[in-house]
Amino acid sequence: MADAIKTLFKPGHTACAGCGQAIAARLVVDTAGPNTIIANNTGCLEVFSSKYPETSWGVPWIHSLFENAAAVASGIESALKYLGIKDKVNVIAQAGDGGTADIGLQALSGMWERGHDILYVCYDNEAYMNTGCQRSGLTPFEANTSTSPSGKQSLGNLRPKKPMPEIAVAHGIPYVATASVGYPQDVQRKVKKALSIKGTKYIQIHVPCPLGWRHLPGLTFDIAKLAVETGLYPLIEYEEGKLTQVRNLLKVKPVEEYLNPQGRFKHILNSPEAVKLIQQIADRNIEKYSLMETKA
Amino acid sequence: MRQFIEGSKAVALAVKLCKPGVISAYPITPQTHIVEELAQLVADAELKAEFVNVESEHSAASLVLGSTACGVRSFTATSSQGFLLMLEVLFNIAGMRLPLVMTCANRSVSAPLNIWNDQQDSMTARDSGWIQLFAENNQEVVDLHLQAYKIAEDKDVLLPVMVCMDGFILTHGAEVVDIPEQTLVDKFLPPFNLINKLDINNPKTLGAFADPDYYMEARFAMQVANDNALKVIPRVAGEFSKVFGRDSGGLFEGYRIEDAEQVIVSLGSLVGTIKEAVDELRREGKKAGVLKLITYRPFPASAIYQALKNVPEIAVVEKAVSLGLSGPLYADLKSSFSCSAKRTNKISGFVIGLGGRDVTKDSIKEIFDLLSKEEKACRFIGLKQG
Ligand SMILES: Cc1ncc(C[n+]2csc(CCOP(=O)(O)OP(=O)(O)O)c2C)c(N)n1
Ligand SMILES: [Mg+2]
Repeated sequence: MADAIKTLFKPGHTACAGCGQAIAARLVVDTAGPNTIIANNTGCLEVFSSKYPETSWGVPWIHSLFENAAAVASGIESALKYLGIKDKVNVIAQAGDGGTADIGLQALSGMWERGHDILYVCYDNEAYMNTGCQRSGLTPFEANTSTSPSGKQSLGNLRPKKPMPEIAVAHGIPYVATASVGYPQDVQRKVKKALSIKGTKYIQIHVPCPLGWRHLPGLTFDIAKLAVETGLYPLIEYEEGKLTQVRNLLKVKPVEEYLNPQGRFKHILNSPEAVKLIQQIADRNIEKYSLMETKA
Repeated sequence: MRQFIEGSKAVALAVKLCKPGVISAYPITPQTHIVEELAQLVADAELKAEFVNVESEHSAASLVLGSTACGVRSFTATSSQGFLLMLEVLFNIAGMRLPLVMTCANRSVSAPLNIWNDQQDSMTARDSGWIQLFAENNQEVVDLHLQAYKIAEDKDVLLPVMVCMDGFILTHGAEVVDIPEQTLVDKFLPPFNLINKLDINNPKTLGAFADPDYYMEARFAMQVANDNALKVIPRVAGEFSKVFGRDSGGLFEGYRIEDAEQVIVSLGSLVGTIKEAVDELRREGKKAGVLKLITYRPFPASAIYQALKNVPEIAVVEKAVSLGLSGPLYADLKSSFSCSAKRTNKISGFVIGLGGRDVTKDSIKEIFDLLSKEEKACRFIGLKQG
């Protein structure tokens, strides 16, 4: 059965139903193709895809620790350079949002600064899901997680998302993009494009987590799309530090449409002021990235 | 070729002879000279390698983990706080059975902050699965680095090896050292050939997640590999002396212990001072000796027991302490005597030279004197009075 499906990320892994990360990871590796080596941080993806003695990975794949995939990948890239075969092999480092924006940020910054020829992919499910949905630096404002619970004097997560794409751009790397599993062809295009560029690349893919976000598993794509359609997760591309592409919105949806189906925002749905604060984040994105303007 | 050089430079030249393809490290005293020398060798095209400057020791270790996993011989070095920052990765490297070699330029750990020598840093990795070799002098430093890759890469071992050398005393001390010819090293050390590696022509999953059904077997396999190393290390030392014509390495070296009534067991450069004290005591008619432990992990318990079982008074003298117990080596040595039901040897433990406190011949003689007193697990020697 498995052989009939042509993929480098084989089914049979133990991801939850509707896991956005599993879909995105398959898109990434299948777009990159067999001449790829992957270094993976600790996190859901690593755990559900590599449980000994089985593995989903059809490419050489290594997991070391939670925070060091960028450094491990730097070593792989250096070894391939030494062997004189770097041009034939894609090196991908990949991690969750926590492994990327929090504990792994130092190693990632080092990798960016050194300019290794590596594509780094962050699967952004907006919390530490592998350990049971604790907040990370990429958890959105007011989201209820197990360490940013709502309560008598709390509306959930206190801070907006850390601006990782801008932090990446500030390092002067040649390619930075956000993507969403709700737009698979866009993910594929961006991965392909990134891999065609020599140097350090960063792609951050928004991947809903039905368990952590508390939405129905069948809604993964819809919710991913709603994040984009409301302006909360703008799909943008930077090349050589310049914003070169944004996904335009023909019609902006109100953030409630995105928040309503998710249990993690249930506590604010009866509070118009709290929702308004999230709407403001969307509005700022729309303005900042000119999401409503059609490009000439 | 015999050269009068600093210990750090000797390490760099020895590492160069092993032809590593990737080197990564982060500055910390007293290790820094080693990687500065290597950086220069690469800059001067005397060594063809990728020299990667990273933003931390955690990344240095992770980077050479990645390059070793590609089957490319790699190297890193550190000390003290850098060592502790690496520790998470060091356990991981051993568990992934990657035969990396590193140098630990031994230094105390903070707090209080102190940059001088003791061996507390590398002792924190004694449970990690790394093989730990301790050098007495810079000739041994060179020889142990050459042997380290051969031991690590042995198919019955496949464990990383750490060469420990006392910070400043060895790293910054200059002495005459024989740096072997490349042709001899090539004869001794075959090219690195890692079977389980990252290779697009043969995709494998490394670092898989193991549940309770598999984890223990993986750890047991590391214990077996350590047992194997107890045989491989002396064999490699034997091959070394055949190729290079000098004895170096192995599990331990006994110095005047055959008929000894008092023996100090110790590690590293301290042994040089102890040997001098032993010579003086012998001239005075005292039957003193010293057992220099070269291989601390795996711990050659039964070989040490065989060597020392008839020695009435034994001292373990070390530059580290497992706070709340005794010196770590003392505890290990004591356990190697647990096989004898009615032990009559007196075995005492002494902690000395922490944070660079000077160790003199007189303090060693003081220890020999104390040996006939009651057995005590942990005496601090050289404390200021009052
Ligand atoms: C040094 C260290 N700290 C903490 C952990 C525990 N831990 C493992 S995975 C994880 C969360 C991963 O979150 P993220 O990177 O967002 O990936 P996700 O599981 O959400 O895909 C945590 C906290 C660890 N393995 N190592
Ligand atoms: Mg996450």
